[in-house]
Amino acid sequence: MHRMNESAWLVRKLSAAVLFAALPIAMPIAMPIAAVAQTAPAVPPVKLGLVTFLTGPAAGPFGIPGRNSAEIMIEMLNAGKVPAPYATAGLAGAPIVPKFVDEAGSTANQVTEFRNLVQRDGVNAIVGYVSSGNCLAVAPVAEELKALTVFFDCGTPRIFEEKPLKYVFRATPHATMDNVGAARYVLKKFPELASFSGINQNYAWGQDSWRDFVAAMKALAPKATVDKELLPKLFAGEFGAEISALLTANSKVVHSSFWNGDLESFIVQNGARGLPARSTMVYTAGETAMFRLGAKIPDGTIIGARGPHGVMAPDTPLNKWFRQVYEDRFATAPTYPAYHMAQSILGLKSAWEKAAAAKGGQQPAIDDVVKAFEGIEFEGPSAKIRMAIGNGHQGIADIAYGSFRFNKAEGKAEIVDIVRYPAECVNPPANMTSTAWLEAGMPGAKCN
Amino acid sequence: MTGLRIFLGAAILGGLGAAAPFTPLWLISLVTLAMSTGLVVCGLIILWRGGLVPFGQALFFATGAYTVALAGRWFGVTDAFLLTALAVIMAALVAFVVGFLLAQYREIFFAMLSLALSMILYGVLVKSETLGSTDGINVAQASFLGMKPRGPGYTFALFWLALGMVFSAWLGVSAYLGSVAGQLAGAIRDNEIRVEYLGISVTRLVHLKLTISAALAGAGGALAALSISHVDPQMAYWTTSGGFVFVTILAGAASVPAAFLGALLFEIVRTIAVALLPGGWQLILGSVLLLTILFVPEGLGSLMIRKRPTISDKGVA
Repeated sequence: MHRMNESAWLVRKLSAAVLFAALPIAMPIAMPIAAVAQTAPAVPPVKLGLVTFLTGPAAGPFGIPGRNSAEIMIEMLNAGKVPAPYATAGLAGAPIVPKFVDEAGSTANQVTEFRNLVQRDGVNAIVGYVSSGNCLAVAPVAEELKALTVFFDCGTPRIFEEKPLKYVFRATPHATMDNVGAARYVLKKFPELASFSGINQNYAWGQDSWRDFVAAMKALAPKATVDKELLPKLFAGEFGAEISALLTANSKVVHSSFWNGDLESFIVQNGARGLPARSTMVYTAGETAMFRLGAKIPDGTIIGARGPHGVMAPDTPLNKWFRQVYEDRFATAPTYPAYHMAQSILGLKSAWEKAAAAKGGQQPAIDDVVKAFEGIEFEGPSAKIRMAIGNGHQGIADIAYGSFRFNKAEGKAEIVDIVRYPAECVNPPANMTSTAWLEAGMPGAKCN
Repeated sequence: MTGLRIFLGAAILGGLGAAAPFTPLWLISLVTLAMSTGLVVCGLIILWRGGLVPFGQALFFATGAYTVALAGRWFGVTDAFLLTALAVIMAALVAFVVGFLLAQYREIFFAMLSLALSMILYGVLVKSETLGSTDGINVAQASFLGMKPRGPGYTFALFWLALGMVFSAWLGVSAYLGSVAGQLAGAIRDNEIRVEYLGISVTRLVHLKLTISAALAGAGGALAALSISHVDPQMAYWTTSGGFVFVTILAGAASVPAAFLGALLFEIVRTIAVALLPGGWQLILGSVLLLTILFVPEGLGSLMIRKRPTISDKGVA
């Protein structure tokens, strides 16, 4: 490439320089144009930033169902087509204009894009984040910028337990509930359980899930011992050694918080080696893989959905409507991340309209919405959400667990023996962190 | 480096600093973060000129970042200058220790060994639940010589700190590259045996280069930790190192200011790509790298310096 004459070389360099120089100049011009292009309606629209995985391994099971759910909810809310009590259009009459951002990339990218959403694009609120790491990183920035932020899917209990937050909310209950619910369901099925094992991915989600499950089991069945404690690395994909270890352990129950590819390959691999014949598997996030694997999941496997979502959801008009519009549009049933997104947006709408009602129907300021959001109760498609803990910023709800069954006649995956645990039965009270509550033996849990 | 160039550099950076209050805040945060990458790339240039491409520079970057987070959390250190100094020292110390091993290797072996070392740190961080595992930990807001700016003031303070670090790095690295040890980089790349015959230990020289580049990566990590207010093990992951190498290719090793401009351009292209194509922004990023390699094979820096025609340009070689 060096064998060219001087002028051609110069032309190439110049054109490259022009290309690179044009990009930063084009950006500030392009952005306002995009914003101006919308026509101005009577009520100024509410700009909503929506951050979820659009690319990468977490996009398929979490990000895309979340985005699909947001797309359909916003469209239906703007058209005023959501059943009562959400039949009013938009947010107190203001149409919602969504702006989607990909959650893939480093934490630094996420913090930068969060600032861009608030300070450059001027969004009024943000709903998003699947990754607990991103939620933890974004929370202080949201506080700094006074930006109303609703986390929709991340599970770590740490968000509101480390320090109180003013502008951050999470309508979705945190992950402690998943594992307390799992422990209760396991002990209902196996009251005489002598030992149990666990296989969880070696990163924050897997470690937290396993720690909470063990603590809940200690509180509920002090005699049951931990047999094998396996923490393979995230996205290992191949679990031959772990399955051998679990086969020799011969525990009645194996707990796993696997998701995505790891969950699917683990189910297929342990099925081939007959592990389910010895041990009942408990998948706390199993619902996301249930329809894809179908008959490959053995009957009797215990499945959770991070709440009473999906097929475990009650038969309310709101839920029936949600399932119907989602299936009509995307030709698949909504899994729990779709429910998490829907209930987060409905929570925002409830707070927004409560604040608007206090101002006589006028559009509220963000600080009014924040005040209205604290401690609010509202109906989600699958359960009533109460912003009861974390100073009124963290929602609690019921959880359901059930056993898998493949309906051969209809060729359909089903969940039977569903048990629903009330929110106070599986969540810590307002004045305790989840770890302290579990270690104290879950005082004050009300299960009936 | 002439006095005029130093004056010019100081004037440009001073002008940027003075313009900060009139610039949108999101842009200032973005530039601060780009400067942190620029500092790491600055260090990579030193190695690059000696023919060494580390795929594990994230080791020192993450060391710097976690030093800031943990010094605040465990020892209550909040001063941004002190935190940065600690991060630089820790990263240089780590490089000094691993350098005894790393400086023995060249080319792909050097690249892979440095990658392996950074992945060890990643593995350790992921397994330590007390350090937040993959979720990482928050970094408390820093103070500046007793002052505690908050809100937009904090963003400005960090930006000015970044400009100060860029200026020091520019002076320091330019001085080093102009020194005998720095000038020998090309000779090491071309023929190590001849350098040894000059009576100079190549291993010790590489060890020194590695330590300097690690100190710069530590400074970059400290700045990133302060401006993101969060650290996580992803900072030590190989894709982070890959990102630094990407920017180095974009910037080229010809000039030090190009490292910062390259980093800035990379960050701007990324953020535009995310805004334009939420589901496929990586495509745009990849295309820019391809275009750079096709049209500016020696990086942006080659567009910035006056180049004397060399034999290869005349089509002889």
